[in-house]
Amino acid sequence: MTKLNVTINGLPVEAEAGMTILEAAELAGIDIPTFCHDPQLVGAGACRICIVEVENARNLPASCVTPIWDGMVINTESDRAVQARKANLSLLLANHPLDCLTCEKSGACSLQDYCYKYGVSETDYVGEGKDYAVEDSNPFYERDMNKCILCGKCARVCHEINGAGAIDYAFRGFTSTISPAFGEPVENSPCVFCGMCTDICPVGALTPKLSKGKGRVWEINKVKTICPYCGTGCAIDLHVKGNEIVGASGNREGLANKGHVCVKGHYGWDFVHSPDRLTKPLIKKDGKFEEASWDEALSLVADKFKAAGAEGLAGLSSARCTNEDNYLFQKLLRMMGSNSVDHCARL
Amino acid sequence: MTAKPKIVVGLGTCGIAAGGREVYKAIEKALTDNSIDAELTQTGCIGACENEVLVDIVKPGQPRISYGKVTEEKIGEVITNHLLNDKIDREFALGKIGEGELPAEYDDLPNFFVDLPFYEKQVRLCLRNCGFINPEVIDEYVERDGYEALKKVITEMKPEEVVDVVKKSGLRGRGGGGFSTGLKWEFTMKAVGDKKYVVCNADEGDPGAFMDRSILEGDPHSVMEGMAIAGYAVGADEGYVYCRAEYPLAVKRLKLAIEQAKEKNLLGENIMGTDFSFDLKVKEGAGAFVCGEETALLMSIEGKRGMPRPRPPFPANEGLFAKPTCLNNVETFANVPVVILDGPDKFASIGTEGSKGTKVFALTGSINRTGLAEVPMGITLKEVVFDVAGGIIDDGKFKAVQAGGPSGGCIPEDLLHLPIDYDSLTGAGAMMGSGGLVVMGEDTCMVDIARYFLTFTQSESCGKCTPCREGTKRMLEILQRIVAGEGEPEDIEKLKTLGEAIKDTALCGLGQTAPNPVLTTLRYFQDEYEKHIFDKRCVAGICVDLMVYLIDAELCNGCGRCRKACPVGAVSGEKKELHTIDTETCIKCGVCVEKCKQEAISLQS
Repeated sequence: MTKLNVTINGLPVEAEAGMTILEAAELAGIDIPTFCHDPQLVGAGACRICIVEVENARNLPASCVTPIWDGMVINTESDRAVQARKANLSLLLANHPLDCLTCEKSGACSLQDYCYKYGVSETDYVGEGKDYAVEDSNPFYERDMNKCILCGKCARVCHEINGAGAIDYAFRGFTSTISPAFGEPVENSPCVFCGMCTDICPVGALTPKLSKGKGRVWEINKVKTICPYCGTGCAIDLHVKGNEIVGASGNREGLANKGHVCVKGHYGWDFVHSPDRLTKPLIKKDGKFEEASWDEALSLVADKFKAAGAEGLAGLSSARCTNEDNYLFQKLLRMMGSNSVDHCARL
Repeated sequence: MTAKPKIVVGLGTCGIAAGGREVYKAIEKALTDNSIDAELTQTGCIGACENEVLVDIVKPGQPRISYGKVTEEKIGEVITNHLLNDKIDREFALGKIGEGELPAEYDDLPNFFVDLPFYEKQVRLCLRNCGFINPEVIDEYVERDGYEALKKVITEMKPEEVVDVVKKSGLRGRGGGGFSTGLKWEFTMKAVGDKKYVVCNADEGDPGAFMDRSILEGDPHSVMEGMAIAGYAVGADEGYVYCRAEYPLAVKRLKLAIEQAKEKNLLGENIMGTDFSFDLKVKEGAGAFVCGEETALLMSIEGKRGMPRPRPPFPANEGLFAKPTCLNNVETFANVPVVILDGPDKFASIGTEGSKGTKVFALTGSINRTGLAEVPMGITLKEVVFDVAGGIIDDGKFKAVQAGGPSGGCIPEDLLHLPIDYDSLTGAGAMMGSGGLVVMGEDTCMVDIARYFLTFTQSESCGKCTPCREGTKRMLEILQRIVAGEGEPEDIEKLKTLGEAIKDTALCGLGQTAPNPVLTTLRYFQDEYEKHIFDKRCVAGICVDLMVYLIDAELCNGCGRCRKACPVGAVSGEKKELHTIDTETCIKCGVCVEKCKQEAISLQS
């Protein structure tokens, strides 16, 4: 790989050819604000918050999509860049509800963070604002397009990663918004409710319903686990407050899924705290289930296995188990003398 | 020379709008009624739009006589007089074109392209065939050296040689950016790809611009020939013309031209028996201004929402369907056959050091001669506005000229000496743009003009990047407040700061240039903004909110019409006594002005 030498904020940085200014800056430990950038997505250069000053360049290029060249001199925090960044923050703020006190995203909101960083507490521009009804007709997440800053990441993750292509930019100019086709609610679109859009949204425009009001970001502990729903083995983070799971999201370190999730892993964890969940074995006596001890239950099963004999025994395993678990299950059955083994995924 | 007389009717969109089709029918009738054997045909716009409907008559052995502003009622007489009695109707005759003898009494008839002030300073390369050939008959194009350049290129030249010729000619992109066409072709030629495309940007969308439409309507083959030459040079076998659907006549003639060229093996497989194949398709745009931006245009052809994407990669490397793509504008392609046939040196001899050849301008606004003019680069704005366009109507005073449409800027009188070339116009804060020139007189309010253009760009912003989507909206809101008399002292500074931030940070050309109309009017006409903000006055008398209706005491005869017509009861006065308008109650609907027979009521600032 060809190495290129650039200077960022006076610091000499050796980076690889083909890298963007943003990537080279990351390499040097220099933080540049971004809304629309995500390393998993194709560069869009949409939000213009990552603009930087490049010596001899006509205007301020977006660092997330501008490749470096040898000898490039970059200033990420020059007066001109900071003024322009503040102008863009101010513009976004002018068209964003300032309800941070009750916003689910507060504390993890990029708009809030950058306004804090650049001291933008109020906007210079007062005028018309968005006025959309909050869409909450689906069971999984709420869409509040009043909070949307149109970074477009939700649409791109939907197109580029999920492949559903359920949402995209609609309309033009100030009335631009992200929407399913023809302004239908998402449940009437190809949306499969993977919810990756809610994970990637930098502001509070997309909120998982089950997590609403369940806790602030700083109260939540992320616990990495493997999704129990299928054998893929997706790494997910369970969002835990106290001893309660209040949400989940994809974990990007997961080798199998790199942060991608489906509807089950994302939203299917509420069973954990269900009062209907079995926590002790039940044995049916006189037509009614009664609580029993594990010893009692296992003995009963063993007795029934014996009574049935190898010929009367069949095993059906689950797609929620891993390949390895399923392998062991069939081995167990065969050791017990039965070849009658099947799996729900074959149905 | 045709054995029988020929009558040519200008049936570009301008001609049709002025009643060309009705005139055409009237000629048909006149020919039948008088049993005259003549060939009746049509042509595209010759540029003198203000003289439409234009009808040319060619009698064997005589020069072509051009008649302007003819009407359905009068044309029969003009035709019979000319063809049967050798009498030229001086009421309609504009001039003569070409060689031939005329009766001596018509010696004084002006030579159309030489003597008419509109054409005197024009040099017609791109428009060489517009107004002459029937765009729906390929043979007429072929007769005027059509497809000779393509033949020369594919039979005598290597692709590299073609690129060199275009580079040497100094031809720069006519769509507004002004990038070297030869270099663009070279990049595409050198780009690695199993498939390459040539794309023509015919998504002309600037208000007041109609250069590309007129070329496509009047001479579609010149554009197609230019594209095929580009295809040969860069190694492409397929091309698209992205034409806005609001140009139905251009689309129709283009499709017909492609069909005819294919029949003659001038397009398609193994053109003229060589190994070179080139197919052409028309893709109609759905009406988004932003699709004139090249990356958005390519997205639109691909069937996606037309939204600009960051460059690099440039289309030359990754364009249509991610393949190397040579993308030029209509006028650029129409220049190519001329560059090839005349040679690069002759082409480069026209124009200035940095800008070679000619530029077609659509002249509109408060001028005496609206229309389409092709002038050599380097001509001054003053010559275009006053000599070609004939100055301001009704002997009015010139105020500004908006060059480059909504992306351009307003240029004031003291900069009219600027030569028309890419760099001078950019230096003045405007841009060459695609070629729209809107000329404005004293009765134009510069704040209102800035507001108009910003309304356009804001509603056409694709919505992708923050500064364009949100920034132009806030600028527009400030301007709306100023013209409504609610401007605040800090507004001027706000407009400047925001305008510069948008120029500095927007993603594509649309956003980066959107503040230009505001910034240039602020630069050259800040006093008008100040008058609106501080004095609440609009000197041009345009901003209604800053005006009041007043009744002239001398003229009012107390008839009471205004009082009766006023929907809000703002007018009071006794019969036959002077009436007055209560400016607080008045809603400025203007109905009183319409009703007043004494012309006693007017808007006053």
